[in-house]
Amino acid sequence: MLEVENLTVHYFTSVGIVRAVEDVSFSVGRREWFTFVGESGSGKSTVAQALIGLVPPPGKVVGGKIVLNGRNLLEMSEKELRSIRGKEISMVFQDPMTSLDPLRKIGDQMVEAMTEHGIDEEEAREKAVRLLESVNIPADRMDYYPHQLSGGQRQRISIAIATALEPCLLIADEPTTALDVIVQEAIMELLNELKEKGTSITFVTHDVSLAFERSDRIAVMYAGRIVEMGDADELVRNAMHPYLKALLESVPDVCSDKEVKAIPGNPPDLRNPPKGCRFHPRCPFATDICRTQEPELREVENNHFVACHGVV
Amino acid sequence: MPEMLEVRNLKTYFPVRVGILDSLRGKKYFVKAVDGISFSIDRGEIFGLIGESGCGKTTAGRSVLRLVEPTGGEVIFDGVDVLKLGKEELRRIRRRMQIIFQDPYASLSPRMKIGEAIAHPLIIHGIADRREAREIALRMLKRVGLTPEEEYYDRYPNQLSGGQRQRVAIARAMALKPDFVVADEAVSMIDVSMRASILELLEEFRRDYRLSMLFITHDIAVARLIADRTAVMYLGKIVELGKTRRLIDNPIHPYTKALVNAAPSITRRERREKVKLRGEVPNAVNPPKGCRLSNRCPFATDICRTKEPELREVESGHFVACHLA
Ligand SMILES: Nc1ncnc2c1ncn2[C@@H]1O[C@H](COP(=O)(O)OP(=O)(O)OP(=O)(O)O)[C@@H](O)[C@H]1O
Ligand SMILES: Nc1ncnc2c1ncn2[C@@H]1O[C@H](COP(=O)(O)OP(=O)(O)O)[C@@H](O)[C@H]1O
Ligand SMILES: [Mg+2]
Ligand SMILES: [Mg+2]
Repeated sequence: MLEVENLTVHYFTSVGIVRAVEDVSFSVGRREWFTFVGESGSGKSTVAQALIGLVPPPGKVVGGKIVLNGRNLLEMSEKELRSIRGKEISMVFQDPMTSLDPLRKIGDQMVEAMTEHGIDEEEAREKAVRLLESVNIPADRMDYYPHQLSGGQRQRISIAIATALEPCLLIADEPTTALDVIVQEAIMELLNELKEKGTSITFVTHDVSLAFERSDRIAVMYAGRIVEMGDADELVRNAMHPYLKALLESVPDVCSDKEVKAIPGNPPDLRNPPKGCRFHPRCPFATDICRTQEPELREVENNHFVACHGVV
Repeated sequence: MPEMLEVRNLKTYFPVRVGILDSLRGKKYFVKAVDGISFSIDRGEIFGLIGESGCGKTTAGRSVLRLVEPTGGEVIFDGVDVLKLGKEELRRIRRRMQIIFQDPYASLSPRMKIGEAIAHPLIIHGIADRREAREIALRMLKRVGLTPEEEYYDRYPNQLSGGQRQRVAIARAMALKPDFVVADEAVSMIDVSMRASILELLEEFRRDYRLSMLFITHDIAVARLIADRTAVMYLGKIVELGKTRRLIDNPIHPYTKALVNAAPSITRRERREKVKLRGEVPNAVNPPKGCRLSNRCPFATDICRTKEPELREVESGHFVACHLA
């Protein structure tokens, strides 16, 4: 349904070119929960923004293809994109106030999101009530302003708005990072219900536990690149890239007494990423080829992709 | 182990602004942010405090150090009631009681180089002269992984990421070799790959100086890793307290169950026992009568809605405030 090929996004800042996303390829199937996981600065949000055509300046998509249901979004005009946003592809953000207007009642905002796309007012109002109920918010909250709601409620409303027109793809960038675990759990359940009803989810998180608990498939990002990609179960059982292995070892687990180990070193400055494999300065297994040649993301087992010279 | 800190029936209420009519009628309202909590921390113990946003964790931590003035109770630090100390005595004891703030933005002066931010308190407290203070600061920067440390010494807070600022805050508190530290979400912004080494560093301080710590976190997996015992707070009260592993593996209070159940885990793709709470955390100005969880608890009975449960010892060292336990 969504096919992304060689997506490359750079930020042209006054202090240099930040190579935030480099050569990223993946696809998301119908009714699939696909997650980008990685540490801060690895380029997850930039990918998410590129998918919906909202990379902020000084960022620019400098290469690649984003094909949604057969059409390349990167070749569309802003007008065409606008008609697709909300209807075919939609986004929720970490801070729900990114998409909510603080000065307008949430009911009106929900209705407008639909009338903008040609649904008549009355029908939109009815639908808004149903949507609110579907995200567990009483219909009388239609008349509330965003500040009268809790953070969790605001996030549920922004999900309701984002899914009002039943887009086939919902992108969610850290939608629960500002919320408590109990509220987070409710939001994750809600996203899961949407998936069951047929929406594809592209989820972005830095929380490794959250990513692996919920996703069907996962792409692990490091310094602007996908280093490993595959089924969540497979990646947990059979992680191959030294970064993913180390990442899994660094995460504490609430239900077991596993030991944790830090990954020595720091992620690179993306204005001047290391030559060869971007992880090589922190990789205990790095050899000469890792320092000179960028590893390709290869399918090493059925549906399991790894970008590492050391994996044969 | 001797107790380093004992907190008895600590209360911190904040007045809330009310309309003019109410104030004419002499009505006062309070947020009972901390409403009668008791616990003790041994020398060399890391004591976890978990719970949802707004339940009073930060207020509890700040009250212990008198960074906010508690409404009542006792805080016995090394035999002395901190709440009874005068200004000068309080200032002196502060070196031994440090805090790592939840928001490192608020706690670091934007105009002070981070190296100086670490060195300065050492000079103020008469622990080191200028040159020594600089050396200690450099050593601390290195220990928290901000290397090359000479380069980081001269940076300003706005040139660091949130996680890096948290590491500065840790370095600053630990440079004073305190006996007791309140660590308020001290590692929340540090990337996972680095977090493990910072937690390891806190362990080292605990070992080397027999440091005691009140470790406030919303991340239950982190509490499991570092805290010997843990207390769970809900709306200003402790609802459960016990050995951390026992508490997480066998939670007794419905709130603890819900909290543990909601925490994501790689090894738990299949969820275990589900305890779902209705609705959301109520307003702290008007908590429900009886048990504060009663309006959300799936197991609540009549007694829960009328009588406030006491924190009772249900197993050795394991305390629960629930009528049904
Ligand atoms: N200075 C203050 N004046 C009035 N109310 C306050 C003040 N500080 C905190 N509160 C209130 O006290 C309650 C507890 O707040 P506190 O910051 O202690 O919670 P917390 O558990 O640390 O939350 P979080 O996980 O979000 O950090 C909240 O209802 C809060 O709004
Ligand atoms: N508006 C921007 N201007 C310049 N650089 C940016 C901007 N947004 C992100 N970056 C840089 O791009 C890289 C990837 O960032 P981002 O996509 O936000 O990562 P993540 O979401 O994984 O934390 C980082 O190096 C970040 O500093
Ligand atoms: Mg991001
Ligand atoms: Mg707090």
